[in-house]
Amino acid sequence: MRLINKKLKFLTNPARYSDFLNLGKFKKDKLIYFLSMMIKIRLVEEHLAMNKKNNIIKSPVHLCNGQEAIATAIGSLIKKGDTVFGNHRSHHHIISLNTNLKYFFSEILAKKNGLNKGNGASMHLIDKSNSFYGSVPIVAGTIPLATGAAFSLKYQKKKNISIIYMGDGASEEGVFHESLNFASYYKLPLLFVVENNFYSSNLHISQRQPSQSISRFALANKIKFKMLDGNNVLEIYNHAQSLINAMRKNYEPALIEVFTYRQLGHVDWREDLDVGVDRSKEKLILWKKKDPIIRLLRSLIKNKFINMNFYNDIKNKINTIINRDWKYAIKSPDLKERDLTRFVYHEE
Amino acid sequence: MKNKNNLLVNISYSEAIRKALLYLFKKDKNFVILGQGVTSPWYVGNTLKDFDKIYPNRIFDTPVSESLVTGAGVGASLVGLRPFIIHPRMDFMLYAADTIINQAAKWSYITGGASCVPVTIRAIINRGGSQGAQHSQSLHSLFAHIPGLRIVMPSNSKDAHDLLIASVKSNDPVIFIDDRWLYENKQKFKPDYKINLAKVNPKIIKKGKHITIVASSYSAHLSLEAGIKLSKINISAEIIDLRVINPLKVDLIIKSVKKTKRLLVVDGSWENCGLSSQIISSVCQKINLNILKCNPTRITLPNSPAPSSHILENFYYPNVDLIVKKAKKYFNK
Repeated sequence: MRLINKKLKFLTNPARYSDFLNLGKFKKDKLIYFLSMMIKIRLVEEHLAMNKKNNIIKSPVHLCNGQEAIATAIGSLIKKGDTVFGNHRSHHHIISLNTNLKYFFSEILAKKNGLNKGNGASMHLIDKSNSFYGSVPIVAGTIPLATGAAFSLKYQKKKNISIIYMGDGASEEGVFHESLNFASYYKLPLLFVVENNFYSSNLHISQRQPSQSISRFALANKIKFKMLDGNNVLEIYNHAQSLINAMRKNYEPALIEVFTYRQLGHVDWREDLDVGVDRSKEKLILWKKKDPIIRLLRSLIKNKFINMNFYNDIKNKINTIINRDWKYAIKSPDLKERDLTRFVYHEE
Repeated sequence: MKNKNNLLVNISYSEAIRKALLYLFKKDKNFVILGQGVTSPWYVGNTLKDFDKIYPNRIFDTPVSESLVTGAGVGASLVGLRPFIIHPRMDFMLYAADTIINQAAKWSYITGGASCVPVTIRAIINRGGSQGAQHSQSLHSLFAHIPGLRIVMPSNSKDAHDLLIASVKSNDPVIFIDDRWLYENKQKFKPDYKINLAKVNPKIIKKGKHITIVASSYSAHLSLEAGIKLSKINISAEIIDLRVINPLKVDLIIKSVKKTKRLLVVDGSWENCGLSSQIISSVCQKINLNILKCNPTRITLPNSPAPSSHILENFYYPNVDLIVKKAKKYFNK
């Protein structure tokens, strides 16, 4: 516990860790992949923010700007047969698994060609063909489901793992603790990825818990854990890789707690600087200096892997894809009244 | 016991459940059981007897975590298993309300049919014996309110057997509710392993022409006994056993009421927004009320939690005499 508190002091301080990343032994291809994926997630979210603001998107959107590094690192370690579960803020999770943006955008617009046939919109997403087994907006609602998926994988003796993305708020729900206990006791291949962005909607963690670290619950349940800088894609990748490799081999749970910051408010496009305690313009600026994309970009340029032109090229290419796929979604058919009661039961 | 015609003879309700589970273990390697006390008769009677010896790797005693265990059953069902989750008392299952109502019931719908939840949740009604308010509830009406769930309430050995198999085979989430007061009732029957739960309808368990009595589970058992008593005083009661209460199919009831022109509903849950309300309103909406010889009525629990006093328990639960008395009133007897 002393170690947790010591790490906590550094990881929660936005003034720390805004320097260059240690590129270590990463190959150029991999680094560019990380950069491109994070840019893709950011540009999609900016696109959705604009379209929410313009009232083209009707459903609430919980955007992940600032949290791209986590899904980018973890997503690149997912293998066929793994099961990934998300939550209300899951665009980065599903995009990092290379979901087709045409169907993703169609779903955001609740259109017939969407991933969920238009029945989910932003808050309920599924794409099993890319290992994404579902996200829902009941806080902690997917934690037991991911636990059951891990149970199933182990029962079927598969070398796969189940991943649950959750926030710090979800750690306040009882079922999270039931799940830690169960996963530890039954030695399930379940990876908890806790994106600790300090806010449960607009309540700061200091208003909700006696400690700011969720890792303490892993410790209490004899589960391996790592506390990491959530805006350093390379560090997350390295640690997640070794944890996941061990999980695939030994059937055991693990928890990764990544400290990061939500650059936008809880929901939709605004910064929401005035609705939470301990959320100020100054703090946001400090955290934006730790922006995961800018940090990797600066490090790559400094090491002469790429230059600004290259970066702009990536952005342009992704923007072209976004615009093309958005057009597809806009043209996708709307739902009709007769669709109201479809899929209530799987068997009619 | 099995005779030449594949008839199962003298099978109690609880044995029927065990037989169905045994069949499922044999037929489907992905069938697993999770729950509290699943290896102990103290929790589940003899319905799981010896499974821990026959299938030690497929039956899992869990921590006291109703919410997680039910959710894990839902999650496991998304990834290839057919889990059977047991709640030895329905009251405790309320901890799993989120998993059942928000997740399992909605999953097919919110995923646009991309995913389904073939989980069966067995909820046992275990009451009487002064167990009181939190150990005695029949909460079927509450769950039957929710679109997306299938709620099964067998009243006899055959249905306990056949509908349990159909529940597990269903690709929708099913709550299978059995009642410990039925466990000792015996019956001979020909088992049916091929029922599609979505096609299951209510059933006339006693034909009659003067009054239609609608019930499910233990109430259907009571109604049948009452029907036999009524026939001795020349009241011919038609007893309809609902079997599945969500989605509710009312065509058979309406047909029967059009014939008998009298409707009595017996239900072991409360009155307000309960199963009995639903039956009566469904019938009233769909028939010409002028054909009825009397207003439909119902027998339910009094509007109070279950008492702990054994004296009050006698007033609390519906019984055969009460049904007979109420039915006689329709005929001014």
